[in-house]
Amino acid sequence: MAKYNRTHKLNPKFEKGGSMYWLHATADSFDTFLYAPSTCTSSGSHVRDCVDLKRWMIIPVIAMIPAVLFGMWNIGYQHFVALGQHVGFWPIVWFGFLKILPMYLVSYIVGLGIEFISSQIHGKELNEGYLVTGMLIPLIMPVNVPLWMLALAVAFAVIFGKEVFGGTGMNIWNPALLARAFIFFSYPSHMTGDKVWVAGVDAVSGATPLAVASAGGMQGLADSGYSILGMCLGTIPGSIGETSVIAIALGALILLITGVGSWKIMLSSIIGFCCIAGLGNLLAPNAASAMAVPFYYQLVMGGFLFGTVFMATDPVTSCQTETGKWIFGFLVGAMCMTVRLFNPGYPEGMMLSILLMNTFAPLIDWLVVNANVKKRMRRA
Amino acid sequence: MFESKYNYLCGSFGTNTLTDMSDTIRLKAGFDLPISGEAARTISRTVFPDLVSVKPTDFKGIIPHLLAEEGDAVNAGSPLFCDKLHPDMLFLSPESGTVESIERGDKRKILAIRVKCDGKKEAVHFDVPHLIDSGKKEVTETLLKGGLWPAIIQRPYGIIADPADTPRSIFISSFDSAPLAADWNFTLKDDVRYIQTAIDALGKLTKGGIHVCLRPGAFAEAGFHKLSGVIFHEVEGPHPAGNVGVQINNISPMAKGEKVWTVSMMLLPAIGKLFEKGVYDTSRLVAITGPKTNDSSYVRAMQGLSMKEISEYFDKSEAGVDLRIVSGNVLTGENVGEQGYLGFYDDEVTVLEEGNYREQFGWIKPFRLEKYSHSHTYLSFLLKRRKFNMDTNTNGGERTFVCNDIYSKVLPMDIYPVYLFKACIAGDVDKMEQLGIYEVIPEDVALCEYVDPSKNPIQQIVQNGIDLMIKEM
Repeated sequence: MAKYNRTHKLNPKFEKGGSMYWLHATADSFDTFLYAPSTCTSSGSHVRDCVDLKRWMIIPVIAMIPAVLFGMWNIGYQHFVALGQHVGFWPIVWFGFLKILPMYLVSYIVGLGIEFISSQIHGKELNEGYLVTGMLIPLIMPVNVPLWMLALAVAFAVIFGKEVFGGTGMNIWNPALLARAFIFFSYPSHMTGDKVWVAGVDAVSGATPLAVASAGGMQGLADSGYSILGMCLGTIPGSIGETSVIAIALGALILLITGVGSWKIMLSSIIGFCCIAGLGNLLAPNAASAMAVPFYYQLVMGGFLFGTVFMATDPVTSCQTETGKWIFGFLVGAMCMTVRLFNPGYPEGMMLSILLMNTFAPLIDWLVVNANVKKRMRRA
Repeated sequence: MFESKYNYLCGSFGTNTLTDMSDTIRLKAGFDLPISGEAARTISRTVFPDLVSVKPTDFKGIIPHLLAEEGDAVNAGSPLFCDKLHPDMLFLSPESGTVESIERGDKRKILAIRVKCDGKKEAVHFDVPHLIDSGKKEVTETLLKGGLWPAIIQRPYGIIADPADTPRSIFISSFDSAPLAADWNFTLKDDVRYIQTAIDALGKLTKGGIHVCLRPGAFAEAGFHKLSGVIFHEVEGPHPAGNVGVQINNISPMAKGEKVWTVSMMLLPAIGKLFEKGVYDTSRLVAITGPKTNDSSYVRAMQGLSMKEISEYFDKSEAGVDLRIVSGNVLTGENVGEQGYLGFYDDEVTVLEEGNYREQFGWIKPFRLEKYSHSHTYLSFLLKRRKFNMDTNTNGGERTFVCNDIYSKVLPMDIYPVYLFKACIAGDVDKMEQLGIYEVIPEDVALCEYVDPSKNPIQQIVQNGIDLMIKEM
């Protein structure tokens, strides 16, 4: 089969006994990045599916590209709007690109650096999990986050969120959210959620739609000029990846078609969210109250959809059982909306609701699996 | 007594449907692997062997004790070895000739006993009792000395049944849903008489009845639906619907302490011939299949068939390509090589290419038209109804379990697979028991292993778990 390479070999220096053998885990990682490994099955199933973890992990990365591209444009757009300047499309994108590039460089250099060191220590190939985490982290950060802070958050998330548990597949909390939580709790003045930044314009500091709605209800939203169309398109200030519902929906579509993201979690999360928001609508004391903001407004505000699509569906930290996924998703959505309604101090609940449900996911799974175990034991 | 109880279930059926079926089970989980090289329904050759081999490694749960030495003359039906713990459980030579060699591995483990055939087909004749007036004891003794007790596999664990046990029931699957498996509706169509005799004999071994699972549209030619003294179930669905473990789990799942016996439909004619003619005859139609075969078809052969005898079916036209010869199907078979032999339980040989090549940027291509993925992560999933020339490349490196919802989609059992696998890895006997280790054997989780993006050796993991259970119990 000429289309496949039967002669390509890793430099023998990296093989056992070679002078560079100590670096073989890193070398293997780079080598298999370029060429699929030539390992054959030994027994058991003699043929294997052509999907591997690299492929599985690249899908969410691809799914996030619309959000990244839109975020890039939006950074520039918000900047020039704040300055009151009118410039063309490309300068806007170029401005955004220059803002977002250093964040990705920091995210991947720090994160992958730690992963490589860890894979060296364990003598195993690099696990691909960080491809997704590294892509996510800049998207859930405010655009003006200092790079040293970002680096620190990434290091914290990878080391204490993942490696101490045994690496990808063993972690309890979503590492990307852990990075955000780290900054949120360590440097609260930089990341309060009710204020947004606009890149490069220190003087401008507007309130997010969530903060406005929390304080002034529908009237507040209208006064601040936040329309549902703007929030769907995403032409509002906010964290880089979360503003555009359309970009997120494109990502969701990719995740759902490929089957990489769980539709059960996405659907049940939205259901849970709408239930609480609808309940709020019904119980709202008056039309000006934050509770009266219709659920479809709530849905497109803040980071809820982004979190539901890209983070609640993390296969490692969400529920592992199918029944569990329904419960997990529902509670993520319900919890997020509850925080939004009843916690005026911090109107965005998505980060903490996912982290909280990550913590409880093993318990939900335990209950589901235990029901199966009990059924089995009853037969005896 | 037993027959009268169940005869009502087996009344008059149409040719293609079972109208008064006791139950129909529709399984959704699983899929049929689209691998090329299905055997045409023709018998292209009859093999008259020079050499056959009996491999003690085929038989799970026994310790072989040799009864023949190199140079001994044997007939078809002469004992070659027995189980050390059950000396009356004999394993017989399928052909007449002389014992040419005994192949041993590490620690002198017996790997194979080779018999050089003389072509005379001289057979041992066994005294067999009349089934009408024999009971469990007589049937058991006949099967033990007639070399066909090993056809009875016990659940849990998938080992050869203990003759002292009485099983809850006996399950027989009348179809093999594995990739490219021999079509029993075709290969066994002349043997239904012997199958009936075998069922009559096996019926003496249990009071719980013999359950036969039929696949809609795949029993009429052979006439499996005309068997009497059995309880029929109709099982629809993709592979692994034909796995007897899956059928038991969906029809009447096992409880701790229960034992269910299973017998391969393919071995029933041999049991029938033993009771009717008093001979040991494990001849069978063997499907030669797989992407690297010249002429995918059936050959008339026997247990222990040497792969050398059918080497003309192997496609060696491409230089630099190594072949893998598998006794059995691609999911669960044994890699025997061109010098190897067909297993006792197998009626399929699969020939495929060794995947020892490097594919550049394999994982990042949007399409990968040469390769099949059951996932939708390659756009090639849009192209349905294609068969693929699969090879043995793992298509990726081994990782920890990351994905969680893909395994139960290919395992139609009431089991949480990843939890069970992790309990097996951890060696936690209590957890394994709670999570259903009694209900699975490696073949049931073979598709989980196939689809696993983390490339874990799942069948081996489950086998290790089962071995640990046997040791601890």
